[in-house]
Amino acid sequence: MSSWGRFAETFLNTKVMLKYLPDILSGVVVTIELALLIVVTGIGAGLTLALLRSLGVRPLNWLIIVIVDLFRSLPPLVVIVLIYFGLPSVNISASGFVSTWLSLAFVLMAFSEEIFWAGITSVAKGQWEAARSTGLSFGQTLMNVVLPQAFRLTIPPLTNRTIAITKGTALGTVVAVTEILGQASSAMSNSYNPSPLMMGAAAYLVLFFPVVVAARWVETRFAWKR
Amino acid sequence: MNGPIVDARGLHKHFGALHVLKGVDLRVAERELVFVIGPSGSGKSTLLRCLNRLEEPSSGSVVVDGIDMLDPRTDINHARQRIGMVFQSFNLYPHMTALGNVTLALRKVAGKSRAQAEALGRAALERVGLADRAEHTPGQLSGGQQQRVAIARSIALEPRVMLFDEPTSALDPELVGSVLEVMRSLRESGMTMLVVSHEMGFARNAADRVVFMDEGAIVEEGPPAAIFETPAHERTRAFISQIQRH
Repeated sequence: MSSWGRFAETFLNTKVMLKYLPDILSGVVVTIELALLIVVTGIGAGLTLALLRSLGVRPLNWLIIVIVDLFRSLPPLVVIVLIYFGLPSVNISASGFVSTWLSLAFVLMAFSEEIFWAGITSVAKGQWEAARSTGLSFGQTLMNVVLPQAFRLTIPPLTNRTIAITKGTALGTVVAVTEILGQASSAMSNSYNPSPLMMGAAAYLVLFFPVVVAARWVETRFAWKR
Repeated sequence: MNGPIVDARGLHKHFGALHVLKGVDLRVAERELVFVIGPSGSGKSTLLRCLNRLEEPSSGSVVVDGIDMLDPRTDINHARQRIGMVFQSFNLYPHMTALGNVTLALRKVAGKSRAQAEALGRAALERVGLADRAEHTPGQLSGGQQQRVAIARSIALEPRVMLFDEPTSALDPELVGSVLEVMRSLRESGMTMLVVSHEMGFARNAADRVVFMDEGAIVEEGPPAAIFETPAHERTRAFISQIQRH
């Protein structure tokens, strides 16, 4: 057998792949569900925190900073394990799916709050002053003048972070979530063959490549003529 | 006899340990054009910014068009519509067209419909000679054009007084004229104006009164000819000869 033949037999074994395709596909569905939930709730909560922070209420801002710094420094896996194994001791039990969702949403919330906050503070003070001098309220200035400019600056770092954290759904394996990687690794141990892992890799590519391309499109779309 | 449009009394402003305004009294009558000159750091800009409360005065009173600007019951956003302000760095909204810049407050503050706001916005752009630039974004306009859009953004709200904070200082010399021309036509239409600027030529032939400030206080004021030719104070004389050397 040629060396390519041996490689294909091991990593791209058609028989194994066909057998475990349905498992991988069900993993894809779980990953998509998880990813969507994380992105929507994580970014939504991050934006909410950044807006609250812009109100400039000191004790509230300290609280936000503590929460954000906590979730930025903890490894996501630790948060998942804490929620999954720790919450039952206070009589709340979260499934592996919910634990993974909540953990990664908290982490994405923390990072996106910082990114949104950086965007908001990077808008020149003169923009606030010009808008306020025409009678726009704080809220109207924030919504109509500051946020549209802040969003444009936040899109590249935000998409990077979002993709990195969403790939963290693979950590759900640890708490028995049947997402792509979980399905692929159990298929690998059942078949004594790593081909399912290659399918998993392909599934991640298929899922995330369009997201990266879409992010690029959004970046050009939001850029205004200078 | 109408009262003054702007009536500021005993204005003090502290920035921490810095005493920036030390008891300034300033009145501007209807249709009057008052120039404020003085060395940098003399408190000119702070004075202007206290009038529409972009800066909170530490003490004193500010009444603009009969509205007590420092009364906590005053709807500051409503009051600010009557006070146009033009900034040194234009501060146009870069994500909007010229027309979008001019119509934002018309729609959000003055409560005009989109169609009404656009009609008023186009009329304002017409007044500053930029009717054909309505759909351009600030990045596509020269500095002089941007500043004229900023003026249009203010006059569209039909203010009772316009504050100009060094409106030509950030402009290339060849673009200054177009902005001054718009200011001159505003003056001819009877707008009350308070201008912080070092455009002495413009002050000489357009201002009713020149106010000289130094170290947070008004040193002297009078008609332009008197301030420029025969200043009463040594500090005024020194400043005038400084800037006229250039």
